[in-house]
Amino acid sequence: MEEYRGVWVFIEQNDGDIEGVSLELLGAGRKLADKLEVPLAGVLLGNAIQSLSSEIIAYGADVVYLIDHPVLKDYRTESYMKGIMLLAEKYKPEIFLYGATPNGKDLASAVATDLNTGLTADTTMLDVDLEKRLLEASRPAFGGNIMATILCKKHRPQMATVRPKVMKALERDTSRTGNIIEEQITLNEDAMRTKVLKIVKDVTKTASLADAHVVVAGGKGMGDLQSFQLIHELAETIGASVGGTRDVVEAGWLPHELQVGQTGETITPKVYFAIGISGAIQHVVGMKNSEFIIAINKDPNAPIFDVATYGIVGDAMEIVPKLIEQFKELRKEKGGEVSYV
Amino acid sequence: MSEKFDVIVVGAGPAGTSCAYTCAKNGLRVLQIERGEYPGSKNVMGGVLYRKQMEEIIPEFWKEAPLERPIVEQRFWMMDKESVVTFGYKGLEWGVEPFNNFTVLRAPFDQWFAKKGVEQGVLLITETVVLECIVEDGKVIGVRTDRPNGEVYADVVVLADGVNSLLGKQLGYHNEFRPDEVALTVMEVINLPKGKINDRFNLEDNQGCTIELFGDSTKGNLGTAFIYTNKESINIGVGTTLSSMIKAKLKPYDLLDYLKTHSMVRPLIEGGESAEYLAHLIPEGGYHSVPKVAGDGVLLVGDAAQLVNAIHREGSNMAMSSGKMAAETIIEAKNRNDFSASSLNLYREKLYDSFIIKDLEKYKDAAHTFENNPQYFNDYVPMMNRAASKFFTVDGTPKREKQKEIMRSITGERGTFKVIQDVYRAWKAVK
Amino acid sequence: MHIVVCVKQVPDTKIIKINPKTNTLDRRSAPAILNPYDAHAVQEAVKIIKMVGGGTISVLSMGPPQATEVIKKSIEIGADKGYLISDRAFAGADTLATSYALSKALERISKEEPIDLVICGLHAIDGDTGQVGPGIARRLDIPPVTNVIEVSELNEKEKTILLKRKIANGYQLIQADYPCLLTVGKEINEIEYSPLPNMIKAARYEPVIWTVNDLENVNRPQLGLKGSPTIVGKMFTPPKPEGGMKLEGNSDEQVKQLIELLTDKQDLFFTHVN
Repeated sequence: MEEYRGVWVFIEQNDGDIEGVSLELLGAGRKLADKLEVPLAGVLLGNAIQSLSSEIIAYGADVVYLIDHPVLKDYRTESYMKGIMLLAEKYKPEIFLYGATPNGKDLASAVATDLNTGLTADTTMLDVDLEKRLLEASRPAFGGNIMATILCKKHRPQMATVRPKVMKALERDTSRTGNIIEEQITLNEDAMRTKVLKIVKDVTKTASLADAHVVVAGGKGMGDLQSFQLIHELAETIGASVGGTRDVVEAGWLPHELQVGQTGETITPKVYFAIGISGAIQHVVGMKNSEFIIAINKDPNAPIFDVATYGIVGDAMEIVPKLIEQFKELRKEKGGEVSYV
Repeated sequence: MSEKFDVIVVGAGPAGTSCAYTCAKNGLRVLQIERGEYPGSKNVMGGVLYRKQMEEIIPEFWKEAPLERPIVEQRFWMMDKESVVTFGYKGLEWGVEPFNNFTVLRAPFDQWFAKKGVEQGVLLITETVVLECIVEDGKVIGVRTDRPNGEVYADVVVLADGVNSLLGKQLGYHNEFRPDEVALTVMEVINLPKGKINDRFNLEDNQGCTIELFGDSTKGNLGTAFIYTNKESINIGVGTTLSSMIKAKLKPYDLLDYLKTHSMVRPLIEGGESAEYLAHLIPEGGYHSVPKVAGDGVLLVGDAAQLVNAIHREGSNMAMSSGKMAAETIIEAKNRNDFSASSLNLYREKLYDSFIIKDLEKYKDAAHTFENNPQYFNDYVPMMNRAASKFFTVDGTPKREKQKEIMRSITGERGTFKVIQDVYRAWKAVK
Repeated sequence: MHIVVCVKQVPDTKIIKINPKTNTLDRRSAPAILNPYDAHAVQEAVKIIKMVGGGTISVLSMGPPQATEVIKKSIEIGADKGYLISDRAFAGADTLATSYALSKALERISKEEPIDLVICGLHAIDGDTGQVGPGIARRLDIPPVTNVIEVSELNEKEKTILLKRKIANGYQLIQADYPCLLTVGKEINEIEYSPLPNMIKAARYEPVIWTVNDLENVNRPQLGLKGSPTIVGKMFTPPKPEGGMKLEGNSDEQVKQLIELLTDKQDLFFTHVN
């Protein structure tokens, strides 16, 4: 166990662009590494991606482990895990973090199996127990208002996937320095059992919610599908995107891609209206980093008010129509469209 | 070719399951079709399980069935706005084996019961709606469900599809209800800690209590309200005939809210958390409404046969007994290999010989008596309350004087002859 | 073509309630159901078998004896056979130990009929990890393709399958050699309304139940709690954020205040385009 040292972050890149979550993890990993007094490493795989190393260092890494190979051009479990296994077995990190993206989760699950170690999914809080050098990876448990801290006491590395947009990236600092360690790997495209024929970028689907400046989200507190139309109406009035809780999606009031929360999207709009949403942690982890949160709920003790910037205790059926009316007035008054910076 | 069974039972409530269970136990091949996600999911009412009828189907069921509390006390409340006259009986003999009645939560109980049927060999399928009976030459030979390749056949189809039995209507066995033939019951399950229930109702852990409430509990409308204690929750509900609700321009949940905030009731449920809200139509017509119950290849059981007792709010007991009688009829018919209307009509005879129809007949005029004579609820219950208040108020008047005074006030308000007439009518209706 | 679908029985989180005092699950309120993602996995198997014109669908689950219910549910959707591995030795397994046990069962199933495809749901709604599928693939040494949103083609001669795999901002078109393992999300298909004969078959069906002794070459320390590297250290309620300003007054006043507050933050929120 003692031979395992260092905190690693898997740097996910697509076509030479580093995923935001990887930078966030460098920020979180930096804190863990400082506490443990070990180096922080970024692990970068791909083809013709050497130039990204300096970025990784600028965002907090002390070391970049790099494998560059044509077969690693696009993400595939088989080829990427071979690269990761090579590095992990040789350099033995004690903590290894991945973004909880489709690729990150896929890779981490496969790697954990081959390394015969523990993996915690969809973490939202990270800390270390210094004395035992244990990673404390916490995640919301089971839809409730409760967090579970998962430990991996006897196996190394300790691995976790971490939700995007939960951790904070460091300021980019190009004056930082670090080592780049490049490893060679033998991979043969013909021996690969999966081939990526093409990649299709489809931005239409989730962009509307993930990139929206303003989101109007409704919960089960709206009562029924008919009343839920008020959410759409308010969103339309102010040019916002619509989102909802898991309950609402399960009830079929909204399609799954508009779900905000642990099992849906994590979003950070400038303004987030939470209407008829009680604020189960399942949901809150997906929106709590929004800049302004406005909560409307009948129950004054609803946990959503704990994260809200402004809270209105009241009946959404009464408040929302008035809000719509006021916004419409405002628009008329100013003689133009309402838009957002 | 679609499969053929000995029996298809439509519905997995107490009536359907009693029938399916008994048939399977006697070696018949039974398919039971339930529309809900699981048995009990659509079956909301009741809350009281009668030991005797259940025991005839599964002896000593109380050792394993998911029951709430054995009922050791039955109370009756005659309510006025700010007072109540109560009477009742509490007996500890009801708290030990073989018990008397139990409170139950229908969802777990119906699931358990259906599972017992499955253990006997019933093939139970859920989330499947029977659209119609397949009729050939006037004989029911199977059912058509809403699923692809959804036809299935049997010697006998048993309709246990509830009070609103669409299948029974399709066969022309009964008509649309008149509003006075059905009661709308709304009920809430209110969660309360066990200790609170025990304290408030003066019970121990394994003791239950039911309260039937009359008078102001329904704002004087024809009907009753009820409060049943479960282990860690309370069922509170109110039911009135649809017609009196229409007449009084009432919404059912208004009535329940009224009851819940009534000064006599509120302390019992205070601080509880509402867990479920349910509404259900139940037949209240009793004897006058019992439809044709047997035909060529088909039988109607339980609520579908309108077997409910309006006054005593009994249903599950009659459902179970009728299901069992239907099963016995089918077994005999199978032995004769004759599933014609005349063969199956044995069921009708069994039914009419039993407590079910006798009880229904006994109370057959009760609903109409009460509905056409609102004085029972509107005048007498408040009168009783005033009388009791006078009687128990300590003010130095001798008891004998008080009684006279009470009689004077009663006859004064309605006239002696009328009172006698009313009392006789009521007595005839419910005795 | 032999497809095995791994399914899990989960509490219905739609209905689940949390006791606010103890912060624990109110199990009474949570009926057990087939993990919804796994239902889509079974449905996809049905589609693939239809596409290639025939074959067998087996389902495999691990859990207590009651988990036979989710196998029956899978039969309703269109599976042919079901296996349940049920043993105390499996209890308390995390994702690593689960994938180990399931892979041993898959090895046994493949002896009865070689497996061409393994399909799993993307993740289970109770654990939300999505780690077991890729784990199984590694143990069987077959390629995993997670997050599949479409199975486009299957070439039985070349033994290849054409798939769309969801990634962060679009999808990959992947050709995989099979045997391989797929995990699928809800968008891959609509669950069809099962035909009545399937329902009757399911009601009658009795799954094969295996204990640990029915599996071969099992290294027992890798099973169950013992074989699980992760443990739950503690459960806690996250520290409450302070909360913001509650707007007082009647609804008209509340709305008025909110509009004022929002328009005040013009630099952040509103601009007007004339």
